Amino acid sequence: MSTFWSIWISVIVLGTVFGCWWLLWATRKSQTTDTETDRTMGHSFDGIEEYDNPLPKWWFYLFLATCIFALGYLALYPGLGNWKGLLGWTAVNQWEAEVAEAEEKYGEIYAQYGQTPVPELAENDDAMKIGQRLFANNCAVCHGSAARGQVGFPNLTDDDWLWGGTPEAILETLHNGRMGNMPAKGTMPGMTNEQVDQVVNYVLSFSGREKDAEAAKAGEQVFAQACVACHGPEGKGMQAMGAPNLTDNTWLYGSTYEWIKETVMNGRQNQMPAQDRLLSDDQIQILAAYVYSLSN
Amino acid sequence: MKHEIVEKNLGLMIVLIVLTISGGFLAEVVPLFFLKETNEPVEGLEPLSALELEGRDIYIREGCHVCHTQQIRPFRAETERYGHYSVAGEFVYDRPFLWGSKRTGPDLARVGGRYSDAWQRQHLYDPRSVVPESNMPAFPWLFEDRVDHTKTAAKMETLQTLGVPYTDEQIAEASAQVEGKFEIEALVAYLQQLGTVISDKR
Repeated sequence: MSTFWSIWISVIVLGTVFGCWWLLWATRKSQTTDTETDRTMGHSFDGIEEYDNPLPKWWFYLFLATCIFALGYLALYPGLGNWKGLLGWTAVNQWEAEVAEAEEKYGEIYAQYGQTPVPELAENDDAMKIGQRLFANNCAVCHGSAARGQVGFPNLTDDDWLWGGTPEAILETLHNGRMGNMPAKGTMPGMTNEQVDQVVNYVLSFSGREKDAEAAKAGEQVFAQACVACHGPEGKGMQAMGAPNLTDNTWLYGSTYEWIKETVMNGRQNQMPAQDRLLSDDQIQILAAYVYSLSN
Repeated sequence: MKHEIVEKNLGLMIVLIVLTISGGFLAEVVPLFFLKETNEPVEGLEPLSALELEGRDIYIREGCHVCHTQQIRPFRAETERYGHYSVAGEFVYDRPFLWGSKRTGPDLARVGGRYSDAWQRQHLYDPRSVVPESNMPAFPWLFEDRVDHTKTAAKMETLQTLGVPYTDEQIAEASAQVEGKFEIEALVAYLQQLGTVISDKR
C-alpha cells in the first residue's frame, strides 16, 4: 500500500475514533447527579414530554470504553494502513498456523500411510476409515457413496475394471485421470443404419440376447472392421485403452438394444478427472487402497 | 456543543450522519480501488472466452450465485475441501463479481476440472440422479435452448471499455463462436474454467 493511502486510512480511522470521543464529551450533560430530576426538555407532543436527565454514568463510560477498545484493537491488529499490528496477525498466517497444526497432528500418519504399499494399506482399518471419508468427500459425487457407480460412472466394487484393477493402475487413474473415448461409429462415412443394427445385435449376442440372429451374424463382420481395434476380436476389451469388455454383462451405459445403439451411433466420452492437483500424494495412496479394498 | 443543537437542526444532523457513514466507505472501500493487490490480475489469468462469458450470464440468469458462493476463505476447513483460498487478483475481470453470500450448495470458486463434463451435464439435467441427497433444482431447458449470440460481441465490447483486455479480433469472432451452441455447453464451459488459474493442490 502506498504511503498516501496508508495515511489516508489512518487519518480517517483515528479521526473517527477521536471524533466519537469528542462528540461524547461535547454533548454530554452535566454528570453532577445520578439521581433523576423532574426537569423536562420543555417540549410536549400530544401531551408526551421528555425528561432532561443525563445519560447514566455506566452507559456513558461504556461508550468511552468502546473508543479505548478501538484504539487497543488498532494497536494490536493491522487496521491503520501499513501498520502491521503488534501481534503480527494476518488472515494468511492464521491459516498457515492452522495448516501447520494439522500437519503436526496428522502429517506423520499420512506420511506413514503414503509409504505403505496399496494391498497392505487396504488391510489397515484406521487407514481405511480415512479412505472412506476421503472417498465420501471427493469421489462419491460420481461413483456414489457406496462406490457402486451409476450410468456413465463405473462401479468400483465389482471385479470389472476399465483401466485395470492392479494397485499401479488404480494409482495411475487417481493421479493422472483417464479419458475414455468411444468414437461415434454410427455417424462415420461408410456405416449404414443397417450395419449399426447388425453390430448392435452382434454385441448383444455376446450375452445371448440378440434380437435378430441373422443380423447378429452379419454384425460379426462389421464388428471386425469397426470395433476390434479397441474391443478386441472377441469383444473382451482392452484395459490399456479403457475399452470395456462387452462379454461380461457389466455395462457402463445400459445394456438394452436402445442404449447400445445410442452408444454406437453417437459414441461416448468419459472422463475421470486427475486428482493430482486436488489431493496430496499420501491422500491418493490411501484412496487407492480404499478403492482396492472394495473389490479385494 | 449541546446535544440539543444536533437534535433540533436537521441540516446539521444530515451532515453529521453522512460524515459518519462515509467514514467506513472512505477508509475501507475507496483505497481498494487503487491498490495493486486488488487490481492486478494473478499470473496467467485470461478474460473469459465468448462461450464462457455467455455461460457466466446463464449462471447469473439462473441465479446460481444465490445458493453457491465463489470465494474460498482462508480457513483450513475450506481449503481442505475446496482448494487454495481465493485471492483478489483472480476476480479483476469479473463484472459484477459473483462471490455470493450464502452457501446452500457448495462453493464453486474452484470447481473447474473437478468433475467431468458428462457429470456436469447429468447433474444440471437431473441433480438427484447423481447426488441423491441434493436439493438443487434441475435445469433441463439448458439442453433445449440455444445461446443468444446476437449480444455476445456487445457484451465483450462493454467489458473492454471497463478494462478487460479483449482484443478486437476476439470480439469480431465472438458471435460466430457461440452461435448454435446449447446453453448447457456455455454453462459447462464456464464452470470448467472456474478457479483453474491458481493451483489448488492441498
